[in-house]
Amino acid sequence: MEIPYTVELRRDTGLTNGKIGIWLFLASEVMLFGALFASYILIRTGAPTWPRGDTILNVPLATLNTMVLITSSVTMVMAWASLARGRFGTFRIYMGATILLGCVFLVVKYFEYSHKFHDGLFPSTNNFLAIYFTLTGLHMLHVAGGMAVNAYFWGPGAKLWKTNPEWFTNRVEHAGLFWHFVDLVWIFLFPTLYLL
Amino acid sequence: MSDHAADIDRQVRIYITVFVALLALTIITVAVSRYHLPIREAVAVALLVATIKGSLVACYFMHLISERKLIYAVLGLTAVFFAALLALPAITVSDGFWIH
Repeated sequence: MEIPYTVELRRDTGLTNGKIGIWLFLASEVMLFGALFASYILIRTGAPTWPRGDTILNVPLATLNTMVLITSSVTMVMAWASLARGRFGTFRIYMGATILLGCVFLVVKYFEYSHKFHDGLFPSTNNFLAIYFTLTGLHMLHVAGGMAVNAYFWGPGAKLWKTNPEWFTNRVEHAGLFWHFVDLVWIFLFPTLYLL
Repeated sequence: MSDHAADIDRQVRIYITVFVALLALTIITVAVSRYHLPIREAVAVALLVATIKGSLVACYFMHLISERKLIYAVLGLTAVFFAALLALPAITVSDGFWIH
């Protein structure tokens, strides 16, 4: 059975089902991270003292990671733009770059985490580290999930381009919306945890 | 060049401009943090810059600047619940004065 409204727009919503679906999912994600941000505010305002993030965390590495993620957002949107222009080869380059930049982000985070563990700093050490590991850990899972989806569209999922290029372009756009959301979350996590 | 192709090319130029703006704003955020402002001012500046960066990503990379009304409605409803969620700590800090 054919999936309806993958390319043509529904008359009632004016959108494809995929587009409304990904935005509803992102709305739920906003609430997930919102709950954790609210917990952070609650714990921080209730604490008698709170360390500045830059006294414990590595700001230069986090700044590098911020730039890596911003760059990956650009390569992601360029991957979609390449498909919209009918340039599949260019799409592959940009999508490959997006996946590689995601890998760089995770590797940098691995070094950050391992340095903390080496120094005996764990989630159980104090509330600051508990919220730091929870928020950045959940964010890393999202990066890994986004990379898996992007890798699918770079590899086996790209077969759809030959049979239904418009649908494939829409699917890449939806994957991009998730990837940009992950970037957006980091844009708020970075100053909140590392700089304040 | 077709209108569609020209439109995509125009969008690509916008993406590059936004990219440069995001990198510049990241440097500004880090630079300001080195001045060790009082916590209220530091939070205000950090959140202001993060909000500008987030808006750029949402408006241009996520194409929210030219999206359908239904998406705006979904996000508007989300914003209401998100604000309520962030208001909970504020209520707690003020001893929950209006829920007694």
